[in-house]
Amino acid sequence: MAKEKPDLVYGTLDMLILKALQHDPRHGLAIADRIQQMSKDILHVEQGSLYPALYRLEAQGWIKAEWGVSDNNRKARYYELTAAGRKQLSAEKAHWSRITAGINRVLAT
Amino acid sequence: MPRLRAWVDRFLGLFQKKNRDAEMDEEIQQHVDLLTERNVAAGMLPHEARNAALREFGGVEQIKEAAREQRVWMWGDEFLQDVRFGARMLLRSPTFSLLAILCLTLGIGTNAAVFSWIEGILIRPYPLVAHQDRMFALIGTTRGAEKGGLSYPDFVDLEKNSTLFESFIIDRITGTTLSVGDRAERATGGLVSANYFDALGVQPIFGRGFRPEEGIGRNAHPVTVISYLTWKDRYKNDPEIVGKTQYMNGVQHTIIGVAPEKFHGTFIGYSFNFWVPTSMQETFDSTGYKMEDRGARWTEGYAFLKPGVSRQQAQAELNSIAQRLENDFPETNRGHGVELIPLWKTPFNGAGNMSQTLGITMAVVFLVLLIACANVSNLLLARSLLRRHEMTMRLALGAGRGRLLRQLVTEGLLLSTVAAAGGIAVAYWCRNALVLAFPPPVPGIVVDYPGQIDWRVLVVSAGICILATLVFALVPAIHASHVDLSGALKTEAGGVVGGSGRSRLRSALVLVQVSLSFVLLAGTGLLLQSLQKMRTSNPGFSTDTIVSVTDLFSAGYNLERAKTFHTQLLDRVRTIPGVESATLNRVIPFSYKVYSSAPLEIDGYQPAPNAQPTSEYNEVAEDYFVTIGIPIVSGREFARTDDENAPPVAIINETMAAKYWPGKNPLGQRLKVKDRWMQIIGIAKNANYRTKLEPPGPFFYVPLRQNFGVQNSLLIRTRLKPGAITNALAREVHALDPNLAPWLANPLQEDIDQMSYSQRLAVTLVSIFGAMALFLAAIGLYAVMSYSVSQGTRELGLRMALGAGAGDLLRLVISRGLRLTTAGIVIGAIAALLLTRLMGNLLYKVSPRDPISYGSALVVLVGVALLACFLPARRATRIDPVRALRT
Repeated sequence: MAKEKPDLVYGTLDMLILKALQHDPRHGLAIADRIQQMSKDILHVEQGSLYPALYRLEAQGWIKAEWGVSDNNRKARYYELTAAGRKQLSAEKAHWSRITAGINRVLAT
Repeated sequence: MPRLRAWVDRFLGLFQKKNRDAEMDEEIQQHVDLLTERNVAAGMLPHEARNAALREFGGVEQIKEAAREQRVWMWGDEFLQDVRFGARMLLRSPTFSLLAILCLTLGIGTNAAVFSWIEGILIRPYPLVAHQDRMFALIGTTRGAEKGGLSYPDFVDLEKNSTLFESFIIDRITGTTLSVGDRAERATGGLVSANYFDALGVQPIFGRGFRPEEGIGRNAHPVTVISYLTWKDRYKNDPEIVGKTQYMNGVQHTIIGVAPEKFHGTFIGYSFNFWVPTSMQETFDSTGYKMEDRGARWTEGYAFLKPGVSRQQAQAELNSIAQRLENDFPETNRGHGVELIPLWKTPFNGAGNMSQTLGITMAVVFLVLLIACANVSNLLLARSLLRRHEMTMRLALGAGRGRLLRQLVTEGLLLSTVAAAGGIAVAYWCRNALVLAFPPPVPGIVVDYPGQIDWRVLVVSAGICILATLVFALVPAIHASHVDLSGALKTEAGGVVGGSGRSRLRSALVLVQVSLSFVLLAGTGLLLQSLQKMRTSNPGFSTDTIVSVTDLFSAGYNLERAKTFHTQLLDRVRTIPGVESATLNRVIPFSYKVYSSAPLEIDGYQPAPNAQPTSEYNEVAEDYFVTIGIPIVSGREFARTDDENAPPVAIINETMAAKYWPGKNPLGQRLKVKDRWMQIIGIAKNANYRTKLEPPGPFFYVPLRQNFGVQNSLLIRTRLKPGAITNALAREVHALDPNLAPWLANPLQEDIDQMSYSQRLAVTLVSIFGAMALFLAAIGLYAVMSYSVSQGTRELGLRMALGAGAGDLLRLVISRGLRLTTAGIVIGAIAALLLTRLMGNLLYKVSPRDPISYGSALVVLVGVALLACFLPARRATRIDPVRALRT
């Protein structure tokens, strides 16, 4: 049952997390949900793999975390985009569109 | 910024691993719980829901480990790895490690100790006083030069008219004989302004400080705050001490407070026993009441600037107030100013003397550190050869050179960290060692030169440690990381004569050590010679004259009683068998007491406009010049008949005669001092009056019997031993007043020695550290020579096999050592010629190029070098040629 959903393209998880946090702070599960929702159920994040990525982003200074309370009154760690993270997100978006445009052109010929 | 924060977070992550782990556990736990809830809401049974959640999440432990890896700093991890590996390497060769750590401990420890002295004596000398950076010594100036005190009225005017200052305090050293129970001892104390304790922010542990009204009113407030030490020592920790009384100078004082243990007063050099308010000035000053006299400049003290005020701004304000005082009181204040001086230069306490001594010492210990570093570098270089195999292997396996470099520097850091810890222990142990160089002048007085180990000292030590690491570890490390992979596979056999790059580097290090040692030895020689010259030079009077003081002032004698007592005592002393002559004087030469000083008016001498001739003088009794051994060059000496009933007379010194009566005979001329005309009856040879370093200046004497005071000292010329005369003296004093005892009678030489303690301290410190440097350099030379012998075994064996005798080999090895030494000495001599010029004003009658000092440095260094080379050379002669060639 592990590999029934399409895998994420290697190296894109960081960008997707940043995107998911673009407007509101979210906790881990909510980030996974948001990515799934934004991709209209095409992309499924393996929940566990989220955390190494989150810590990596935090260590880079692109997101910061704080303990808060979730909707159903649970303690949860909320992640929020920093200014540097916002910059990084737009940089990665630009990079991604260049790459995909290139790939599309290759496939179109 | 975020990048920096991330780095800090990662770095902290190294130390907070446990904490962060717990946080991560909780976060993942919450995530799984949320998933479980969601599954339950979707209709699953609780345990099914949980299992599904865990499956969805993935392997919890693997994920945790993966997450942890993201968090732990890669570099940090490698660092820890390096530290662990380095520690293993150091433990594997304990002799090397121990020797290296010992050298570095010496280097870092001496630096930390000297810095703790500088911190505790010069920079932040008063541990309980906040804002010492805003605290300055307050000095009176005369025509911009000559430092002195301030008068009390001037002090009050400064306080009243300034706006940039937080507070001004007076702290004038004073003394008394303190009798508690049947124990009478000298005590030092401070005559302080009433705001003293408040301005310093020092809160007495019992009782209170002084109230504002206690500062004024002639002798109106006999209250005192005693020191913790006095309370503990003399009053046996009496908890009911406040409100008790103690007699000081014949006046009953009420003890109103006990100062905290760490507060020793604000006078560098002595730990004070008590404090009294300025209102008691007359009681503690045998020269009379001065609180309303604008011309009596007796107060010494400090000023605290307001926050944010610079010294220049504050000085400018003081200048304008002093200017106004000059206009308002031209009689007393013309030409007088006020100056702010940094604490470390304070001229009226021990700071002024210590700053130069400690400055030189700091330079010396820095050289010691460099020599120690060179030694460790040498050791590391020798070891890097042994580790060449390891380095080659690591390089071959793909380690970057940068990584190797980092490994070696880490090992160096490990060494110096251990050494720094040891060094700080050494510094802590030595922090009060300076006191040993200053024996207390009389029992009861506490000499105090405390070192202070605070965070600044620790920071500087850490800085020194890092600097040392860079100096000693980097050179060999760079050298070692440039291992030539293919070359390393071949065997490399060094020779005794030629040298590979490595041994050239080691020779260069020894060269540096030898030359630095030479500088230190030459400097030590100069200081020693200077001290010797200072000791033996003639101050212009005979230093074996015995001096003794009986403290009539503390005993509460008034002028009349004191006069009778001293007259009778003098008569009695003159009849003691063995006494050749005896006299009295007001101020003993070379003592802390100050001479009287007065403006002069001279018959027939027209001073330049705006110049006011002044001179210091001393009050002396008949037979003074015979007793102390100052020749009278013309005229006569004072006689017993020069008393109140006779016309006032004076004796001047040669400088004064030449200055005010050029080309004339001053005998019979007149001189006006303090509204009294006096006739000059004699001219005395020049002498030193306060220190041997002072330039000759005008000085004169007036008869004591025309200017009697309560406090005088007795001078005796005798062939008796000081011990014998002390006993005889005690008997005579006792016969006159059973309650009195004279202080120890001692030759004037001892007082002179007291004044040269700081020079002696400088010599002692420089000698100790110079010896240390010499020892370290000898070790370095020995190490290099014995290493080159062991490396050159093959060559030496070959020479032997070809017929070289033991003597030839001995000569070969020693001559190489001596070549190194000679080169080092030449460089050292050049450096010393340049550097010792800086010691100019510390040297007394010794040229900074004194050949004797340089010569003895040369002899000592060559001797030590011969010794250091001889042992390896002898080993060279015992090489078995057969075995040497076979290996």
